Amino acid sequence: MQTASQKPSETLEAVVIRFAGDSGDGIQLTGSQFTAASAAVGNDTATFPDFPAEIRAPAGTLAGVSGYQLHFSSQDILTPGDRADVLVVMNPAALASNQRWLKPGGVLIANSDAFVTRNLTMAGYKANPLQDDTLQEYQLFCVDLSRLTGDALNDMGLSAKEIERCKNYFALGLVFWLFERQPDLVTGEIDLKFASKPILREANQRVFRAGWDYGENTDLFRIRYRVPPVADVAPGTYRSVSGNEATALGLIAATTKAGLGLFYGSYPITPASDILHMLAQYKEFGVRTFQAEDEIAAVCAAIGASFGNQLGITATSGPGIALKSEAIGLAVMTELPLVIIDVQRGGPSTGLPTKTEQADLMQALYGRNGECPVVVLAARSPADAFECAYAACRIAITSRVPVMLLSDGSIANGAEPWRVPSVDSLPAIDANLLDSAEKLNGEPLLPYDRQADTLARPWIKLGTPGLEHRLGGIEKWDKTGHISYDADNHHHMVKVRQAKVDAIAKTFPPSEVSGPASGDLLVVTWGSPWGSALTAVRELQAQGKSVAHLQIRWLSPLPTDIGAILANYKRVLVPEINNGQLLRLLRATYAIDCVGYNRIAGQPLTVTELRGAILEALPN
Amino acid sequence: MDEFVRVDLKAKDFQTDQEVRWCPGCGDYAILAAVQRALAKQGLPGHLIATVAGIGCSSRFPYYMNTYGFHSIHGRAPAIVTGLKIARPDLQVWMATGDGDSLSIGGNHFIHLLRRNVDCKVLLFNNRIYGLTKGQYSPTSEFGKKTKSSPHGSVDHPFKPAALAIGAEAGFVARFIDVDAKVGAEVLAAAAAYKGTALIEIYQNCNIFNDGAWDHLALKEVRAEQTILLEHGKPMLFGANKDKGIRLVGTRPQVFVLGQDGLSADDAWVHDAHDRDPVRAFLLAHMDPPQFPTPMGVLRSVERPVYDELINTQVAQITAKNPPDLQKLLNGRNSWQVE
Repeated sequence: MQTASQKPSETLEAVVIRFAGDSGDGIQLTGSQFTAASAAVGNDTATFPDFPAEIRAPAGTLAGVSGYQLHFSSQDILTPGDRADVLVVMNPAALASNQRWLKPGGVLIANSDAFVTRNLTMAGYKANPLQDDTLQEYQLFCVDLSRLTGDALNDMGLSAKEIERCKNYFALGLVFWLFERQPDLVTGEIDLKFASKPILREANQRVFRAGWDYGENTDLFRIRYRVPPVADVAPGTYRSVSGNEATALGLIAATTKAGLGLFYGSYPITPASDILHMLAQYKEFGVRTFQAEDEIAAVCAAIGASFGNQLGITATSGPGIALKSEAIGLAVMTELPLVIIDVQRGGPSTGLPTKTEQADLMQALYGRNGECPVVVLAARSPADAFECAYAACRIAITSRVPVMLLSDGSIANGAEPWRVPSVDSLPAIDANLLDSAEKLNGEPLLPYDRQADTLARPWIKLGTPGLEHRLGGIEKWDKTGHISYDADNHHHMVKVRQAKVDAIAKTFPPSEVSGPASGDLLVVTWGSPWGSALTAVRELQAQGKSVAHLQIRWLSPLPTDIGAILANYKRVLVPEINNGQLLRLLRATYAIDCVGYNRIAGQPLTVTELRGAILEALPN
Repeated sequence: MDEFVRVDLKAKDFQTDQEVRWCPGCGDYAILAAVQRALAKQGLPGHLIATVAGIGCSSRFPYYMNTYGFHSIHGRAPAIVTGLKIARPDLQVWMATGDGDSLSIGGNHFIHLLRRNVDCKVLLFNNRIYGLTKGQYSPTSEFGKKTKSSPHGSVDHPFKPAALAIGAEAGFVARFIDVDAKVGAEVLAAAAAYKGTALIEIYQNCNIFNDGAWDHLALKEVRAEQTILLEHGKPMLFGANKDKGIRLVGTRPQVFVLGQDGLSADDAWVHDAHDRDPVRAFLLAHMDPPQFPTPMGVLRSVERPVYDELINTQVAQITAKNPPDLQKLLNGRNSWQVE
């Protein structure tokens, strides 16, 4: 399509745009297509989808508002942005619940057709805010999205409902025009998505075009905006990836490199289900997906598969981890490889299924009966989930131990550009199966014999003559693996299981601090607050503050150099989306004082609030 | 598990060096011996067999079997078996479980194992009591049973495991009494040869907490009158002199005496274990004294698609069509290059 423009453009360093509408309005689709187009022109991007648990809450209600925020920039960025420069709202409820996310002076594009009495009342407005002075601190653009969409389609014989469902493409066409995006990605996606429905394909193409033309032709918009590509990007192949996608890819890459089958047992749960959906598509990589009858069956089947020499993996959210606890203990006792992924969400109980939180750290570390150590690591961003998933599999396989990977709702559904690694560059993984009785050199089989460095026991290939053995959840004699109720042996085995986890720390690279190696304040984060914390720290460093940042990926075992690093700063601040769980861990482990910054609102921590928290924590 | 080369084996080839720790006089000893004899007869070596169990007295079974073994957690053996069979369809899997393990805490996994038809043999030891926790009523305990946890009599209505299994779409359902080695051998051989989930309900005596629970069927002097051995294609006759039969009147089974009311063996219900319609098997599963003899042997043996085979066939077909290319997968559909 013709994309030349007669209108001038202004260059910006970065823009945060937020789309909001009914959950049936196609907001997530609109946002992700705009993201793909931004990434394709070389902007750095970070996204934050913010949607309700209801699939289709009643149209026009506050409960049904779905949002999608995108930060795109000519600089390297780490967060989806605190507040939006541009807010696109499809109805009054979307405005009411998202206005607070729009910066003063920001651009507000409203579908004025939806601002009718019924919708206004449902959103709690007594008068139409587009027609009084309520919104005077913003640059308001009222666009008759519904009518204009209808005009573009009036000769196609579509129903009013079908026409209404095309209007998100009008909005998308308009913002594509506004930010000089290449339309090919969207027109290509429309062709794919509606391949079997030629009428809808034609309708959406037309509406998208109409949105573009509207921007170009109406006097309403006088200027376009250009965000240049990021300079000095490392060469390579890039793609946009969500946290759940990156997790699934990391699992497949690891089992493929290890030459093992991938067994994935899962019970559908928000926000982890997309990992199951993705893995189910890639059976040619030796992936066997099992949608179990419940969370317990999902993890137990994964343990059964690991017993059978595939890598057993299960993913869930916090409530599912609670159900799996006993079985995770079985994997600890039988010392079998197992990967458990917890895509955390707001809790306790059902909590906030579609909102983010990081309150499962203590559950991951300690939420089982007995002394039951597992390896725990946490991804910091969507792309980082690939490396973490890969590392989780590698450690599970080589140390014969359950590994729990913590992700969260904002990582799972958020997306960012990812430099795709070459398969050859990924670290090798040697499953080192005990697959022949000849390897015993005439000695009896000792299923709980251990390697000197990792303390891993042999992973015995089932079906091998002469290697018949029995595993179970009752305490084992060391070496033989026979049942044992012996007091001293139990003490010994408790220590050995912990030592096996602790030994993994020897493989960690030195921890890296961003900023001065000593100073006034160290900000320590784990998981998704990484981006906001590091951004805030960098801003304050530029202002001359003595502040540094440390991200902890491995939470069990903790890297051995953490204690020494913490001691180099006068104060330590630990921001978390929980009531202070890493804070307790650091205090308990290193007996040092730390202060927390804790806001548990189902939302990522913002750069603004962390900047404030850091300034408050800095010694005077 | 498909075709295999039979090797000469003895029951003792399936014994381990572990000391068997069931109570003296427990019915489990007879069942263990019966299974070891059946495996020897089958001729599949122990390294191609896995024995999996949950928790309970019966679930100690894997320790005493010279095969690969897994003693897991309470009620979850069916889930472990499902994962193991998907990963390793080449192994023959035997699962040992009890009425508490599979019908109470693991009830959910039990019905889904049967529904999916995972290829495995399920030895369900039914002693109508909780043994390992020392004598509470179980989901098969009779109504009104007095136990430590039901001093005034249980008000729980019991399950009939065979009926539950048929309701869960089980393709193979059989039953024998621990002391009946002959029927046990026949049932175990039939289960071993069956492809899919073979449920074997074993009436087992817990001589410590529920001694004599099955005496009304098991004792030599009453067995012929109180039980009926089902044989495929044969009329249902029972009694010490085979002088009684079961006939179907509409949808209701009825006991009759041969020679009375002009009825003969020709009027008896002819057992069809391969009937796809589960209705008659369901009737059999509900037959019990005093109205009827309890059926023993194979109640139902119907071929059904096998879950672990279906999963692995799908993987093989997709792999043949789309050869795996990891780099292409990682790059995705919409990647871009930075020079």
